[in-house]
Amino acid sequence: MTAAHIPQRARIRRRRAGRRATVPLTVVSALVATAALAGCGQQRDDDVYTVLNSSTDDSYHGWDAATLSRCGKRLGITIEQQSVPAAQVMTKSLRMASSKSLPDVIQFDASEMPTFAEAGGLIDLRTLGLSTRDIPRGIVDFGSYKGTYYGAARTVNTLALFYNKDTLKKAGLEVPTTWDEMRQTAKKLTQGKQYGIALSAGGAEDGVFQFTPFMWSNGGDESHLASKQVAQALDYWKALIKDGSLSKSTVNWTQADVNDQFMAGNAAMMINGPWQVETLNTKKNLDWDIARIPVPKAGDASVGPLGGAVLTVPKTGDTAREKTAAKIIDCMAGEKEQITYARNSWMVPANEKAAAVWRKEVPELDALADQVATARSRTAKVGARWSSVSLALQSAFQSALTGQSSEAALQRAQQRATSGK
Amino acid sequence: MSTTTASATAPAADHPTAPVKKPDPARARRRRRLSQWGFIAPAVIFMVLFFGYPLVRNVLMSFQDYSPSTFFDGKAPFNGTDNWSKVFQDDLFGKALWHTVVFTIGSLIGQFGIGLALAVFFTKRFPLNGVLRSLILLPWLVPMVVSGIVWRRILDQDTGVLNSFLDTFGAGGATPWLTSPGMALFSVILVNIWIGIPFNMVILYGGLQEVPKELYEAASLDGASAWRTFRSITLPLLKPVITVVLVLGFMSTVKILDLILALTDGGPADSTQTLGTLTYQNSFVQLDFGAGAVVGNVLILISAVFAVFYLRANRSEGK
Repeated sequence: MTAAHIPQRARIRRRRAGRRATVPLTVVSALVATAALAGCGQQRDDDVYTVLNSSTDDSYHGWDAATLSRCGKRLGITIEQQSVPAAQVMTKSLRMASSKSLPDVIQFDASEMPTFAEAGGLIDLRTLGLSTRDIPRGIVDFGSYKGTYYGAARTVNTLALFYNKDTLKKAGLEVPTTWDEMRQTAKKLTQGKQYGIALSAGGAEDGVFQFTPFMWSNGGDESHLASKQVAQALDYWKALIKDGSLSKSTVNWTQADVNDQFMAGNAAMMINGPWQVETLNTKKNLDWDIARIPVPKAGDASVGPLGGAVLTVPKTGDTAREKTAAKIIDCMAGEKEQITYARNSWMVPANEKAAAVWRKEVPELDALADQVATARSRTAKVGARWSSVSLALQSAFQSALTGQSSEAALQRAQQRATSGK
Repeated sequence: MSTTTASATAPAADHPTAPVKKPDPARARRRRRLSQWGFIAPAVIFMVLFFGYPLVRNVLMSFQDYSPSTFFDGKAPFNGTDNWSKVFQDDLFGKALWHTVVFTIGSLIGQFGIGLALAVFFTKRFPLNGVLRSLILLPWLVPMVVSGIVWRRILDQDTGVLNSFLDTFGAGGATPWLTSPGMALFSVILVNIWIGIPFNMVILYGGLQEVPKELYEAASLDGASAWRTFRSITLPLLKPVITVVLVLGFMSTVKILDLILALTDGGPADSTQTLGTLTYQNSFVQLDFGAGAVVGNVLILISAVFAVFYLRANRSEGK
């Protein structure tokens, strides 16, 4: 008898435990479901606006926060800043578009803007009342896609030749202005651990950005990669490596790595942009200056790539908010804010009047301002196809710099660039 | 679990001498069902949401023209096998597949070989055994991206520590570890071996503890050599653990992405491009999500085949 009672009691206990467990478990399941769904809906606060940018760097984030708080005060609204790494701005924006939670303003790298515009995600800034007065044509084009002005630039940048003044003076050398001069100078400056020149031929956008001034100044074109002019530019890079004036590690360097090499005294000259100036100036005993990027032959025009970000208004469907978003851009890209931003970031103001003021303030970057005036946008010719062209070109110059012939590598690049639509 | 509960309660339901009030059997059964489902539901919901849905979506996506505009209008027209043929015709896919094979096999041989040697080594008693063993775990604790960035500096051709070190011996001081297409994949494999050794060592060391000591005593009484002991006792008894280590190692190696992005970004000249980096490049650089999904599916397929091996190995171990 007793033996039979034990399982009986145990059974009751088990059943009770079962009932006790049922309720919490159902609750847990329900919670899991709600948590999963909660991420979908998002409400917008009427007076709170959001700007999405790539200012993850501490100083940039701070500068933008100050600008946004000034603009917010002026417009009587609160502007929040959301920063993601540069490589994620596009994918993040696309995801936000599909979940209908787009921010009010997105700051795209200008080379990415056409992709978002092509997908139908941007609004013509002119229809929102923004004017392009005092903005040079080149910079308006820089923020335009297929003739429509989608992006307002605050500042623009390009590449220049940075050189160590002391090293050149000690060697009794002039600043090179042509390819031949640069090759000779670099050769002479290569001594011991010091290379004559550093540049980035890395397998990412950095490398392509650096290749464009050589390609363009030689009359080459991103829509015809298999041309003689592009091959000559690539052969020039190869010659620098063959001379030993350019480290073979260049294929693994980003532009920040190039700057590190220059600062460490491992390179006497470098190709780089003004965004490095802040870091460069942290090394007090480094006496540097900049010049325009040398050209193939004396008298040729030095054409650099126009770089920088543009402020855009994505289509959220809320007309009132879109109008306010345009006002935010108008304030951020206004003359005063442009000068402040340019002063901080060492980049050139987009607005002509602001640029004039800035030039007087930082005469040492005069060469850069000149280079910007003739600079060219990467997407002007190929538009949203740029990412395919860029990938093909990276692979081509990396193959050529590590042994292949420039012609063969570029031929394949041309095929790849055109096959991907 | 659930089956034993059911069989224990089933005959009792019609027991005539139940002391407590007779519960409604249908209600009791329903409640039991409910609680059973309650236990299963969180796992099922989780699996469906986070594994089933993305998997199905990824397969579908590989047959769709999924472009940036899809995110706005939701339209991703099915385009048959266009994405598949585009990916397979690109010679980069063949290269990436080959690199993935070389990378995986090379890494596994290195990680497993050194891991096993270390595991056997640490079964011996000697001072500082425990300290050394925990020090060897270090590479495992460092985030992959951090390891990648540090190794990139170490392997730099001109300023890297490794080349300076080699230079002091007067040999190989200018080795282009990451900058020559012929060398880069090899270097990336070396770094991955370094990262993978601790995992292999720890699991194999655990397995070695399970081998009965008496067998070794018997072997030494019989006068077996060290190699013979290892081959006839250690290896066979370690086999189930070896299978698990290799399969898990395979699955984490074949999908490599972060390490390569940090070390070489797939370069120079695509010489370290693997299926992982190709998926990333297609989907997130070129924004051709259809093509990215194709490569992703190939990866999943390869992993799935090996997952079957893993389950088989586990089952035979259970018997």
